[in-house]
Amino acid sequence: MNATNNSMQESPEKTAASTPQAGGNCAVQIQNLSFSYGSSEALKNITLDLDRNAVTAFIGPSGCGKSTLLRCINRMNDEIIGARVTAGKIIVEDIEIHDPSVDVVKLRRDVGMVFQKSNPFPRSIFENVAFGLRMRGIRNKAVLEQSVEESLRAAALWDEVKDRLNESALGLSGGQQQRLCIARTIAVKPLVVLMDEPCSALDPIATAKVEELIWSLKKDYTFVVVTHNMHQASRVSDKTAFFYMGEMIEFGETTKMFTNPTVKRTEDYISGRFG
Amino acid sequence: MFNPENLIRKGLPKGYFKDILVRSLLGGITYLMVLIAVLLFGKIIIDGAPAIFTSEFPFVDTEFLTAKNETLHVFDDAKGTRHQLPASKYNEYIEAHAGQQIYNEQTFSYSGGGIAGPIIGTALLTCGSIILALFFGVCAAIYLAEYAKQSPFIHAVRLAILNLAGIPSIVFGLFGFSVFVLAAPVITANPVDRSLLVLPLFIEGWALSFQGWNSSLMAGCATLACMILPVVITASEESLRAVPQGFRDASLAMGGTRWQTIRKCVLPFSLPGILTSSLLAITRVAGETAPIMFTAAVAAKDDFPWEGLANPFDILSSQVQALPYHIYTLAARIPSSEYTQRAQFGSVLVFLILVAMLSFGSMVLRAKMRKKLKW
Repeated sequence: MNATNNSMQESPEKTAASTPQAGGNCAVQIQNLSFSYGSSEALKNITLDLDRNAVTAFIGPSGCGKSTLLRCINRMNDEIIGARVTAGKIIVEDIEIHDPSVDVVKLRRDVGMVFQKSNPFPRSIFENVAFGLRMRGIRNKAVLEQSVEESLRAAALWDEVKDRLNESALGLSGGQQQRLCIARTIAVKPLVVLMDEPCSALDPIATAKVEELIWSLKKDYTFVVVTHNMHQASRVSDKTAFFYMGEMIEFGETTKMFTNPTVKRTEDYISGRFG
Repeated sequence: MFNPENLIRKGLPKGYFKDILVRSLLGGITYLMVLIAVLLFGKIIIDGAPAIFTSEFPFVDTEFLTAKNETLHVFDDAKGTRHQLPASKYNEYIEAHAGQQIYNEQTFSYSGGGIAGPIIGTALLTCGSIILALFFGVCAAIYLAEYAKQSPFIHAVRLAILNLAGIPSIVFGLFGFSVFVLAAPVITANPVDRSLLVLPLFIEGWALSFQGWNSSLMAGCATLACMILPVVITASEESLRAVPQGFRDASLAMGGTRWQTIRKCVLPFSLPGILTSSLLAITRVAGETAPIMFTAAVAAKDDFPWEGLANPFDILSSQVQALPYHIYTLAARIPSSEYTQRAQFGSVLVFLILVAMLSFGSMVLRAKMRKKLKW
């Protein structure tokens, strides 16, 4: 992980303590995390380490807390009134993200997010990808163009859109829009990319493309994918965590989880007996 | 025994005549109102049309629209020909025909010349108040929609703003008079005696004096802006809320600050909605008499607002004529006669056409924007 990526760690009090590999092989450590929406507890005592440059899938029935946990990692839950962490902590690259000294804006620059519903801005394709860079104050046209091309190539979208970069992003198909959102997210070079059911609105072919994309990008980024689709979890992830009713039931290698789960409830869910 | 004819009952159903009666009563009332509207507009158009339309090209009486307002002089010359001349032409006539006797002279205030002064005054008042209202209204709407937590207090604030829309415009007029005309702060070298409070400034000889802006364009714009603020705030807030949450989430998740998100991802997409909704407020501003009666408007003014000023900013502290107030003056202050009809109905027709054009414009704009902005 190169130093330019770690904008969050530029805060002076943190720089001394953090070397990029300090967290061992873990990009994100979640320790005894409990989380509530108002009075209802959504997450109970979750402990989980997410490997660097790997794909971790969160599976579980609706309302089990997997999306909540995902949104905790870049503090998107801050936007929801009454939502708060009640116990435990999340450490991203050696920084405890709920610490008051952490700037949430800088955190989100390092922990990007792709949403369930593809949400490109009604602007040109170029402007969509350049958006994050522009917000960071980059105005140099050559730098922007290069970065946009790199990101679109990385998102396997360049060949499809290179001739119409200045057309509205809303003219793209659903799958292309979602890949554009991924390109937009990786254009700002985050450390971790969170994906909240990225393929739930896509057809199988577009889904396959997004999955391929995740595989090919995993050498550069750490992915966390929330999915309802068990097959997708088995195809795309290195490790899988199964959640049920706000608790993490099982966490382990995906191959093991899907062939030989240790907990009965995991087996029931994966084999489709409930959920 | 089964008789299929019993299934579909013959004859009139129960309550048939009552139904017809109710239907014709409701329809009659509706069409009565349409008839009243048609009569009203018909009367204005028929009586007003001669004032602003002519039979020759360009078919519009440009003089009525571009000349200053003057007193109308009506008189007979020695040959018994009747003349109707505005004051300036009357003076020329008297000079040119010095020594000739004129008979039956009558004067009608405000009835001669054109209505350029009121049109310009209304335009200035409208522009000024819309700029003020948009600035303050959009700021408040951004705070309410994007920053404020949705607490009971904020709901109370929103309700208070909504209630502001129901206050009669004359109350706004009096409010504007007591606040902007009499008490608003100005920076001046020599405060007047009735100033409520004089605070010395750091610059030598200057002071901040709460002595009001007098009756002026500035005070009128501020009063009108207060009047339409609730409309602008409500419309802007709705437009802001109509922007999908996904845009905000995406921007925030890419490390945008709250303000960057609003400026780049929310405002640009809600601005068309804000502007079109505010166009409706324009028609209201252009049409109100009560708020400007004490704060900005004068019945008669010989110069255009920009004439005879030491520096261009003095236009803000000059009084103006305004169309609705001009109509009020023509209708209420001078006796109606065949010679005043041109000015009276002409002004009303011009005013109606202006308001109709603004309304129509906002409708077309809105329809276009709705088509364009889809996500």
